Amino acid sequence: MREKSQVDSIDRSVYDIRDAERDNWRITAGLTPDIINQISDEKNDPDWMREFRLQCLEIYHRLRVPDWGPSIDGLDMDNIVTYVRRDKRMSNTWEDVPEDIKDTFERLGIPQAERKSLAGVGAQYDSELVYHNVKAEVAAQGVIYSDLESALRGEYADMIRAHFMKLVPPTDHKFAALHGAVWSGGSFVYVPKGVEVSIPLQSYFRLNAKGAGQFEHTLIIVDEGASLHFIEGCSAPKYNVANLHAGCVELFVEKNATLRYSTIENWSKNMYNLNTKRAVIGENARMEWVSGSFGSHVSYLYPMTILKGDRAQMEFTGITFAGREQNLDTGAKVVHLGSDTSSYIGTKSISKDGGVSTFRSSVVVDQKARRAKAAVSCQSLMLDDISRSDTIPAMDIRAGDADIGHEAQIGRISDEAVFYLMSRGISEEDARAMIVSGFADNVSKELPLEYAVEMNNLIRLEMKGSIG
Amino acid sequence: MSTPLLSVHHIDVAVENKRILHDISLDIAPGETHVLMGPNGAGKSTLGYALMGSPRYTISGGDILFKNEDITEETPDKRAKRGMFLSFQEPLEVPGLSLESFLRSAISERTGEKIRPWEFCKQMKKVMELLEISPEKAERGLNVGFSGGEKKKAEILQMLLFRPDLAILDETDSGLDVDAVRLVAEGIRTYQQETGGALLIITHSTRILEPLHIDRTHIMVDGALVYQGDGSLVDRINREGYDEFISMKRA
Repeated sequence: MREKSQVDSIDRSVYDIRDAERDNWRITAGLTPDIINQISDEKNDPDWMREFRLQCLEIYHRLRVPDWGPSIDGLDMDNIVTYVRRDKRMSNTWEDVPEDIKDTFERLGIPQAERKSLAGVGAQYDSELVYHNVKAEVAAQGVIYSDLESALRGEYADMIRAHFMKLVPPTDHKFAALHGAVWSGGSFVYVPKGVEVSIPLQSYFRLNAKGAGQFEHTLIIVDEGASLHFIEGCSAPKYNVANLHAGCVELFVEKNATLRYSTIENWSKNMYNLNTKRAVIGENARMEWVSGSFGSHVSYLYPMTILKGDRAQMEFTGITFAGREQNLDTGAKVVHLGSDTSSYIGTKSISKDGGVSTFRSSVVVDQKARRAKAAVSCQSLMLDDISRSDTIPAMDIRAGDADIGHEAQIGRISDEAVFYLMSRGISEEDARAMIVSGFADNVSKELPLEYAVEMNNLIRLEMKGSIG
Repeated sequence: MSTPLLSVHHIDVAVENKRILHDISLDIAPGETHVLMGPNGAGKSTLGYALMGSPRYTISGGDILFKNEDITEETPDKRAKRGMFLSFQEPLEVPGLSLESFLRSAISERTGEKIRPWEFCKQMKKVMELLEISPEKAERGLNVGFSGGEKKKAEILQMLLFRPDLAILDETDSGLDVDAVRLVAEGIRTYQQETGGALLIITHSTRILEPLHIDRTHIMVDGALVYQGDGSLVDRINREGYDEFISMKRA
């Protein structure tokens, strides 16, 4: 745990420090078969992967940019650099990570967190992982936690081939196709049957290179009866040109297994975050999502859960904080295929300083799914008159015996509540921050302590100077 | 009378440009207990809010001195730090902010120093016991899911932990059952005895006042203070009501 609970003044600078781009190998900007081949060479892909990438590129060119959400006109794909790496390759000891990258992760508290409370850590810097390590006792249980590239050539190569972009096919949408073509980095996790990983694994993604994209792929398979908590954190310094994040997360939760997937995303405000996350849940298995979206200029993010097996369960807890120049379109999707499946989507959104937050959800109950239960709850808090909050829930219920609930609330911070807290000696700024933190409390409760502290710091940071 | 703790000089109070309180003057000395009574809608609560600095109200004339400092223009948090407290008639709910962590941050704000968690916890539990507030409320969101009586008791809890020099209690007894009134009155007496703090008790009933020594009673009718007397005035109102005072209202 990072000792941040005593922090009084929050310093955004830990996120904003840009490292000089030293010793970098950058691919030419743009998207051509030639560039894809170069990436494939660079990564020493198996043949099938090279072909897959080229197919994805074709699909990418064929598909249209989504027109139903926030504008991504500011994103000029001809100028995004899809692959940037250091000359030095990945390491599994901190000592071998290049000094400046090590400093960056030290500032973000990653190695400290690993020492104290994590079963394993992966750290990605731009396009490649720079560090990957898993605790010996966890490895001894047979848990595999590695970068995806080495997994592609190792013992689990067939397993990866069988799962890679099967849940999120490249035809899903334009940026899924892009991801398939240029993906790099990310993690592979396999938890064998019956193994319960008691402490979390964590991947941290840092995009430092200006005008670049990050396209990491996370593939997690939790085998029958096993359980895992996986955490991802993301941040980037701010540049005045667009950066792009189009990662992909595919999660396979087998019969009787449990997976919790927690994310705190704090991309800088020039980032287009077009991320795709999807999970398929087996019989009697459980998926829990905890998702905090604070950063990026534009986000499209709707983790999707397919409740395939009977009695599969899903719970999604999310918070989105949209400030100045942010248009964050977030939510969740769930598909009920199995009988007696249940899902709960509970989100909070906060908008201020002209920020736009849109909650979008989709609940589908297949006609074969008997006695499905789904509930969606969305609460929004607008901190001023120039901000915006929308709720777009979609439901497609094809079974007669489904139990479906939906509630949405949009509110403001009450002046009376601010006065109440101020009459106790609390400053206006702190009073507002307390109310907002309280609003977000059910989400921070779901996070590991150091992330909850981080989230509260982010809220305080966002609330600083908000008194006009 | 010694140097006043609170000295209100001829204030007018308006809400949205409509004047609702007229030419109010009032002095409260350290440790004194004053009662403000009057029929419904007289403006008693407005005075309490205005003294605490509610942004809803503007003071369009006169000034307010607290401990000899002019606080007329000060924000509520600054007034609180100087030693003022207002028990709300309808305490606000703040979901997700636990009563305990709220109390802790407010105390460290007021005193400017970090308090030892263990010490604080002990104190808080003691006062919660006195007021018969069930311990699990400390973990709950501030006032969230509290009954009317529990909210009022939580206000008294705050008063006892913050130890202000002047506590304004706005209708703290309204809507309470007999037990809750007894506990609230017990809390108020503890505050008087342990801190020697002054009180301005706004009420239109008299149940809560029975066990207390009252120094001064003010009658407000139609936005003006029309009459004042000592503690015995409370009994008179108890017997005779406000009729005789209503005719005294501002010309």
